[in-house]
Amino acid sequence: MPDRGATVEFREVTKRYADQIAVDRLSFTVPAGKICILVGPSGSGKTTSLKMVNRLIEPTAGAIFIDGHDVTQEEPTRLRRRIGYVIQQVGLFPHQTIAENVATVPVLLGWTKQRIASRVTELLALVGLDPARYAPRYPAQLSGGERQRAGVARALAAEPPVMLMDEPFGAVDPIVRERLQSELLRIQRELGTTVLFVTHDIDEAIRLGDRVAVMRGGKLVQYAPPGELLAHPANDFVAQFVGSDRGLKRLALLTVGGAEIDVTVDRGSLDPRAPVVRPSSTLRDALARMLESGSVIAAVVDGDRYVGALTLAKIGKMIRSDA
Amino acid sequence: MTEGEPLIRWDWVAGHLDEIGQRLVEHVELTAIAVGIGFVIAFGLALLIIRRPRLESPITFVTGTLYTIPSLALFVLLIPYTGLSLLTAEIGLVSYTLLILIRNIVRGIRGVPADVLEAATGMGYTPRERLWRVEVPLALAVIIAGVRVATISTIGLVTVTALIGQGGFGYFILIGIQRFFSTELIVGAACSVALAIAADALLVLLQRRLTPWTRPA
Repeated sequence: MPDRGATVEFREVTKRYADQIAVDRLSFTVPAGKICILVGPSGSGKTTSLKMVNRLIEPTAGAIFIDGHDVTQEEPTRLRRRIGYVIQQVGLFPHQTIAENVATVPVLLGWTKQRIASRVTELLALVGLDPARYAPRYPAQLSGGERQRAGVARALAAEPPVMLMDEPFGAVDPIVRERLQSELLRIQRELGTTVLFVTHDIDEAIRLGDRVAVMRGGKLVQYAPPGELLAHPANDFVAQFVGSDRGLKRLALLTVGGAEIDVTVDRGSLDPRAPVVRPSSTLRDALARMLESGSVIAAVVDGDRYVGALTLAKIGKMIRSDA
Repeated sequence: MTEGEPLIRWDWVAGHLDEIGQRLVEHVELTAIAVGIGFVIAFGLALLIIRRPRLESPITFVTGTLYTIPSLALFVLLIPYTGLSLLTAEIGLVSYTLLILIRNIVRGIRGVPADVLEAATGMGYTPRERLWRVEVPLALAVIIAGVRVATISTIGLVTVTALIGQGGFGYFILIGIQRFFSTELIVGAACSVALAIAADALLVLLQRRLTPWTRPA
């Protein structure tokens, strides 16, 4: 299997139930190897859309293509074995050890015992579960966060080009959630898997998404990279959904290095309270440091080298800019 | 009971160990055949109920009705057709296991959490693979609980089958009553009870062995 993701294309996908339309002519394409977040209030059709990719739900009209192949042309069980699937309640099999759980799809695909064993060890290490300790345990012996890691390992077992995640971190506490989010980003960059991720949490969407699809009432309202979503919400609904602090949220996506730094200011002339920030820090962190210190200026230092000064005014300009 | 006889004559027990052993084998055989056949039939009907929930009421009605017929009456009703035979005994014994076994198999399989089923389907299990590798193993604790109840009640009912000439510990009770001989009566009753307790303990051990995940580490 190629070590990269597949393109996922929704083409005029509609799901109609007797009395209502759950998904209404949904069209968008997720480029290979990107993370696409489907976000929206409950009832917006995001989970229904996700489940049509692995045919847990069949569309009423339209089609979904993975690398150009219509998913409805493939036998559902074969299709699902090539698509990773992670749900909020994890759904680990309680009667199997963590190793057996992770081995689920490789066993279904008939891999050799030896290949399965080495893959399980590799995956547990990848998701941060010590194989020697966790492989022989049962799910009931793990914490919520550990179970979700095992769930991700199980989904990735057969190197799927696409992984579907349905509010995977919705049931864990905020600290664990943040750690799981960072690790998902690390793993996804390492493997290049295309990820479709459902959440109702806009902050999670902005943090994780290469692209964010905002849905409402079964319709796609806006499909854009997070920065663009924050800078140019398509309408009032999106503006309200991303929040009135969207300017601040944008600063979390921008780095000090990307802002206008005044190189003419000598370090010695700076306010002595001025905090030191790095070019790789986010503007949001820089702003927080400045507000805490009481200085309207910060010293930008790259390694040991002083680069220049960042002012509050320039940060404000970044919030307003269309960049 | 004869005047001056002790309640139990241990010399009689010592002299009849061979026969007690033979009755034990008969009792176990009658029980095992009944629970075994009952389980196969109950499993099939339970799967039918899972697939077509509409069949639950009629199947429960029929097996429930069978369950309410007094055992002696059922054997008597069958004698004109199947005689004083093993078949007569087993038809009755199997009938009595069905209600409890079907109920527990259905309850066990329906008790498998929805998220586990969704994950199993989402990972690419076919419905058959999902049933055998996920649903049945997870239902095992509840299923075995049903087998325990069915086994104990069958062991009790097998003592009645002595009346239609099928042996087992009931034979001692029957002969003991006919001869007003308390030793034989008590041996028959005590052995039945001991067998029921032993069978139950064995099934508990089996359940622990088959469901290691339910034990805390």
